Amino acid sequence: MSTPITADAYAADAAPLQSTRLSSLDTLESEAIHIIREVVAEFEKPALLFSGGKDSVVMLHLATKAFWPGKVPFPVLHVDTGHNFPEVLDFRDRTVERLGLKLVVGSVQEFIDSGELAERADGTRNPLQTVPLLDAIQRNKFDAVFGGGRRDEDKARAKERILSLRDEFGQWDPRNQRPELWNLYNGRHTVGQHVRAFPISNWTELDIWRYIERENIELPGLYYAHEREVFARDGMWRAVGEVSQPLPTENVITKTVRYRTVGDMSCTGAVESDAYTVADVVVEVAASTLTERGATRADDRISEAAMEDRKKDGYF
Amino acid sequence: MSTETSLLAAELETALPTTLFRFATAGSVDDGKSTLVGRLLHDSKAILADTLDAVARTSADRGFGGAAGGIDLALLTDGLRAEREQGITIDVAYRYFATDQRSFILADCPGHVQYTKNTVTGASTADAVVVLIDARKGVLEQTRRHLSVLQLLRVAHVIVAVNKIDLVDFSESVFRDIEADVQKVGRELGLGSDGITDLLVVPVSALDGDNVVERSARTPWYTGPALLEVLETLPAADELESHLESFRFPVQLVVRPQGALAPDAVAAGLDVEAYRDYRAYAGQITEGSVKVGDQVSVLTPGQAPRTTTVAGIDFAGAELTEAAAPQSVAIRLADEFDVARGDTIAAAGTVREASADLYAALCWLSPKPLREGAKVLVKHGTRTVQALVRNVSGKLDLASFQLEAASTLELNDIGHAQLRLAAPLPLENYLHHRRTGAFLVIDPLDGNTLAAGLVKDHPGDHEDERYSI
Repeated sequence: MSTPITADAYAADAAPLQSTRLSSLDTLESEAIHIIREVVAEFEKPALLFSGGKDSVVMLHLATKAFWPGKVPFPVLHVDTGHNFPEVLDFRDRTVERLGLKLVVGSVQEFIDSGELAERADGTRNPLQTVPLLDAIQRNKFDAVFGGGRRDEDKARAKERILSLRDEFGQWDPRNQRPELWNLYNGRHTVGQHVRAFPISNWTELDIWRYIERENIELPGLYYAHEREVFARDGMWRAVGEVSQPLPTENVITKTVRYRTVGDMSCTGAVESDAYTVADVVVEVAASTLTERGATRADDRISEAAMEDRKKDGYF
Repeated sequence: MSTETSLLAAELETALPTTLFRFATAGSVDDGKSTLVGRLLHDSKAILADTLDAVARTSADRGFGGAAGGIDLALLTDGLRAEREQGITIDVAYRYFATDQRSFILADCPGHVQYTKNTVTGASTADAVVVLIDARKGVLEQTRRHLSVLQLLRVAHVIVAVNKIDLVDFSESVFRDIEADVQKVGRELGLGSDGITDLLVVPVSALDGDNVVERSARTPWYTGPALLEVLETLPAADELESHLESFRFPVQLVVRPQGALAPDAVAAGLDVEAYRDYRAYAGQITEGSVKVGDQVSVLTPGQAPRTTTVAGIDFAGAELTEAAAPQSVAIRLADEFDVARGDTIAAAGTVREASADLYAALCWLSPKPLREGAKVLVKHGTRTVQALVRNVSGKLDLASFQLEAASTLELNDIGHAQLRLAAPLPLENYLHHRRTGAFLVIDPLDGNTLAAGLVKDHPGDHEDERYSI
């Protein structure tokens, strides 16, 4: 490469690829572990947001690898909307027990009961999580909070930093973010501010599933095809449950479905699927023609900038 | 599973594992960068149906009249509300797509607002950068600036996409003239002729897709690869760096469970007694490779290097015999040294003495200007130290590539400065060490990142005078 090469001459000049290169999954894993270790080394009191959803399960798995053979050196934080799938809560508790972790829970229901939050007209509780989340961060003096947010999820997330500074009100200021250079992460903050850390920023949904398959990671069963009583609403299949009852005009039928995201029962829809195993899901995701949030999240359909608005207010 | 998805399963099976390639795009106003990015995403099928529907609706609302089925591909990269309202791009956005060869991370860097800040940010992690030129306009001053920044940041592969080639009737002579201009600028900068970087020029039409994913029949005079082919075959930086001989490993933290072992590991049969006194140094290999039994030096600021051998390389329960950049591992040493975060483990005999005098090129990224005498923080590897800005020795004119006299640096300036560090650091010339030659300048008051720093040799060291701009 000592003389300028033109594109025409390129084909002959191109070096053969080294077979020793890390796979993309290994590279992403290594990057995430580096970030998790940086945050633990530089912050006083980190915590990991853990909902039992696939991204947070992968985050926790990466943390166990980062500190092996030691314990994961931080607690997990869950914001319970009060409308969670019971099997996901059960999975959460078993996971925390298995890894010997401390679980901190912020409760949307408690805030509604005390009058600090009001139920929304549409019954969706996802946007209500911000207040209990910020309250838990403040009360526990967490200065860094790990999240499983990925940049491929949404156009606002595409501009999120790996270490993202939040002000005293938990707000994200997208126009005033610190430039993030090389692999040098700047986590400095002043009293009252905290940092959100997104070690799997660069993973796609397919990366997550391929990693779950490769590492044989256990997930809540509702990520895989199962029979469930559902009804159609907003172009999605909604599970029949205590908090999501069909209207008289909505027919309840039994379908084979699975969930692509696991959030609040009041706004998370299922997709028809015959993916019974993780290998089936990898194939299904690779062939999918819809984004995961577009397919299954009513809260992201509210406006073109739904995620951006929630993030500015301090959402995950 | 249907037959169709079974076929796909078979494809996935043979295609894996892919490798990761990071690239950035840079361009001037209206050179069609958003359209090019949209085209890459669209033609590599990274855009899913619901996103495409939304873009098609917006295109129709705005009365878009272009090709590509009436879809304004630039809308695919539309980001924040403020950006849509103002029709501009504010910040670097990251996009993801994959082919059966590679997974790509694309840092889409806006061209007009704070282009230096954004280009430096995007280029710092990029294996390659695609610079756009409008075929009707040719090499502009902005192009020279972009190429200067990329040369400074030692981006291994710079690809100049001469866009809107359809608007000059696919003229070979127009392309050849621009290509010659680009190579001339490259020679002036040392880009593509320094043994570190290469420079390619490709004619494209982002709007129509010529030479973006597929080679175009409308440019028969061009026999080179389409843009995506180039991106699929260029060696990535870590591929190049993992083969360097100078192993570098900044210690992030010490893994020393002292009995607090992970319950799941114990449940899986971990020998509790054997791990009672476990002690390893966790970090990410930034350069080169290491094997068990290798001689290494532990570099601690203020101390002479201590030499020992690598007793083990662990990764989450697996004992490795060797590891290379960019792997995250935990390294055990034969001698019980006191090693802490901020120390560096390096191949023995390959590191020069740590220094408290730092000569550097600074890309100034803050609205708060740099003044001589300022107290700042320098973050290098896993260590942050206080520093005093002794002097600013000049500011780079990116268009002429000459150093001008200056005693201050302002937002988007690139200049030279000398800093005195509170503790010596194992600094290395950025030209040959893209990780250990890089640092951040941080404001001690509010913690904001002020500058991207590139370590230069001390004046008087003869090395690399040619490129010491």
